[in-house]
Amino acid sequence: MNGLTGAYVRGGSPLHRLPAGAKLAGLAASCTALVLLRSPASLAGAAAVVAALYAISGVGAAAAWAQIRPVRWFVVSLFLLQLLLADAAGAVSSSLRVVLAVALAGLVTLTTRTADLMACLERCLAPAALVGLDPFRLALLLSLTLRSVPVVAGLVTRVREAQLARGVERSPRAFAVPLVVSALRHADALGEALAARGLDD
Amino acid sequence: MIELTDVHVRLGQRDVLRGVTATLAERRVGVVGANGSGKSTLARLLNGLVLPTSGSVTVHGLDTRRQAARIRRRVGFLFTDPDAQIVMPTVAEDVAFSLRRKGLPRAEVERRVREVLAGHGLAEYGDHPAHHLSGGQKQLLALCSVLVLEPDVLVMDEPTTLLDLRHSRQVAAVLRGLPQQVVVVTHDLALLRDFDRVLVIDQGRVVADADPRTALAHYEAMMS
Repeated sequence: MNGLTGAYVRGGSPLHRLPAGAKLAGLAASCTALVLLRSPASLAGAAAVVAALYAISGVGAAAAWAQIRPVRWFVVSLFLLQLLLADAAGAVSSSLRVVLAVALAGLVTLTTRTADLMACLERCLAPAALVGLDPFRLALLLSLTLRSVPVVAGLVTRVREAQLARGVERSPRAFAVPLVVSALRHADALGEALAARGLDD
Repeated sequence: MIELTDVHVRLGQRDVLRGVTATLAERRVGVVGANGSGKSTLARLLNGLVLPTSGSVTVHGLDTRRQAARIRRRVGFLFTDPDAQIVMPTVAEDVAFSLRRKGLPRAEVERRVREVLAGHGLAEYGDHPAHHLSGGQKQLLALCSVLVLEPDVLVMDEPTTLLDLRHSRQVAAVLRGLPQQVVVVTHDLALLRDFDRVLVIDQGRVVADADPRTALAHYEAMMS
């Protein structure tokens, strides 16, 4: 779950020390470069660079795998689809591109505190204030999204267990209805908690 | 000091509170009542999360209807489910989040965060993902996120309901050491034994208002 929740791994690597804005700009540039790289050989070179960056960051192999793991089946599906519609080189390139982009995005969240990402986004979104939008609230959306992933995952587990206990594990309705109700209830409680913490000031 | 004057709250078709009047000046005030009796609504009135349909609620002279934002800066609120109040992915970030509108220098924020986490046994968890904490630790984190703002009043809605005995006792110990006024809504009667005053709510009315021994005896008789 770490890969999806922005779990920061404490460290003192050069990547940790780099400002959040520089990392986000680097991520945008790298993802653009990945799209422009065509041959599997050049993408293999990019993969070596990403592996080196992970090594420099010192976040460990488990944290690195946790970034890729959630998209593994998507990548396999993409590979097979590309193999059917294009050729082997195209399938390898497309799949590798997705894996590397996800790995790079993961590396940013692993080496950057969410508060620093929020502060950076707030600065970038400052012009939104001109049209009446609160940059802080926009940045908060990012944080709440990251925070809600493990909460919703917990709700899914709870609903699945309840389904199993009642012997209705094959019913989509028995899964969807309590999950949606629980998620809405959580959203209500979260809104109330944000108000209690002065977020509606 | 908290003052409720002839407070009625109607939610939908239901009268949740009917004419509650009380002046809460004691340092430790407990509120008990059956499920649906209106006690959680009473707690939410105290920092303006719920507004009275009629009557008034004031905290240190501030009216919740007109000065809710100012009141929320002085009244901290702790909910039953810590998962619903933890906003940031890591422990230290969540506590620091409470301070963000104070405009404090970063070093000062970090100092206050370190201090409050250390005071509640979470010093080594600063960079931990909040969702990896146990239920009890999450509740302590939620409490830290409230206490870092040094509120004048702390309102807690069933803070120990989801906790095991050890963590319930830990929260109770924290409560005993707090310098500010605390209002606790709970089913955990043991938590209230050394409180200054306990209110018993039934069907939206205060039916007993006394010292813990008298009030809890009334409550137990009522529930038997």
